[in-house]
Amino acid sequence: MARIVGSIMSTHVPSIAGAMSRHAEGEPYWKPFFDGYEPVRAWLDEVRPDVAVVVHNDHGLNFFLDKMPTFAVGCAPQYLHADEGWGIPEVEPFPGDPQLSWHLVESLIGEEFDLTTCQEMLVDHAVTNPMQLCWPDPDDRAAIRIVPVTVNTVMFPYPSARRCYALGEAIGRAITSYDAEEDLKVVLMGTGGLSHQLEGRRAGFINKEFDLRFLESLTEEPAWATQYSGEDLVRLTGSQGVELLMWLTARAALLGGARKVTSNYHIPISNTAAGTVVLEPAA
Amino acid sequence: MGTGTTRHEIPGTTIFDGAEAQKGYALNKMCFSFNDGTNRAAFLDDEEAYCHRYGLSDDQTKAIRDRDVLRLLELGGHPYYLAKFAGIFRLDVQDLGALQTGLSKEEFQARLVAAGR
Repeated sequence: MARIVGSIMSTHVPSIAGAMSRHAEGEPYWKPFFDGYEPVRAWLDEVRPDVAVVVHNDHGLNFFLDKMPTFAVGCAPQYLHADEGWGIPEVEPFPGDPQLSWHLVESLIGEEFDLTTCQEMLVDHAVTNPMQLCWPDPDDRAAIRIVPVTVNTVMFPYPSARRCYALGEAIGRAITSYDAEEDLKVVLMGTGGLSHQLEGRRAGFINKEFDLRFLESLTEEPAWATQYSGEDLVRLTGSQGVELLMWLTARAALLGGARKVTSNYHIPISNTAAGTVVLEPAA
Repeated sequence: MGTGTTRHEIPGTTIFDGAEAQKGYALNKMCFSFNDGTNRAAFLDDEEAYCHRYGLSDDQTKAIRDRDVLRLLELGGHPYYLAKFAGIFRLDVQDLGALQTGLSKEEFQARLVAAGR
């Protein structure tokens, strides 16, 4: 059998990788952010997941505009990072779990989610950064298998918040129905966010009030953000703040009540309101 | 050219939809190629020829030459792909933020810090 031990939501700002490679975690600029990962790592030491299902958005490493799937599931034996064009250090390949991937595909398509399946998939900072933040030691990362799930937030229309929430619930049902030989422990990850905008005259937009309301909603009122359209979310959270769709997906997979293990919120990391949350299924 | 869909305008923000993706296809495809170091070097070696090879319009080629980020966005550039163009010149997202808002980098950073209060 398989069970979900919790959901980790984490920002994936590219400059994090540079800071880690320079060992800058203790510098005044970075410390309030990196301190938020100590309780995450302590929790991971306790629950010791075998697999991470990583809900993320690609930024033009794996997918281009020629083919842009709304939802894609990685089904590869391993996932490679690669040169992203602007110089963040490349990390070692991540082992996959094709058997669980194909089970997810069967189960999700069985629930009428029309997925793209990928037997080769490059993963960018949206996967590598949160993995490095949670497991800074490469040996620890090598012991975790991943199943990447990609959500399109590159080109409108994005899947709606409601649809992402439903996908998360379906992922939760797929994992809990997985007939694994071992007692498989799965952690969900939702990467990106919170409010930020990189481009245009509104570059640098941050909405602390909205972010705090969203963070609060994750435990008691998890579907709160599904009331908003894609355009609403761009207006309220910035063009890239829409990455909260990954958080919603990862939250919904807990299928019911949730307890907050830890939470951190810090402005700014690069141009972003950085958020870190761990939720456990309510007993 | 549009998508036949009406949108509410968000000031200072372009919704990158099908119409934008079509307008900016060649430009974004060129920027996507900058994931590869060999391509970055080929671009630096002869920028005009590289733009021509990807079929950029004259306006897009001029905006590349001028490093005019706001104009590149108007011409269909997508922020994720343009970031790879900016990366060639080691510009980070705060450099780009300052360029686009007409602020100095220090002013742009101060505005971000203020958003956290």
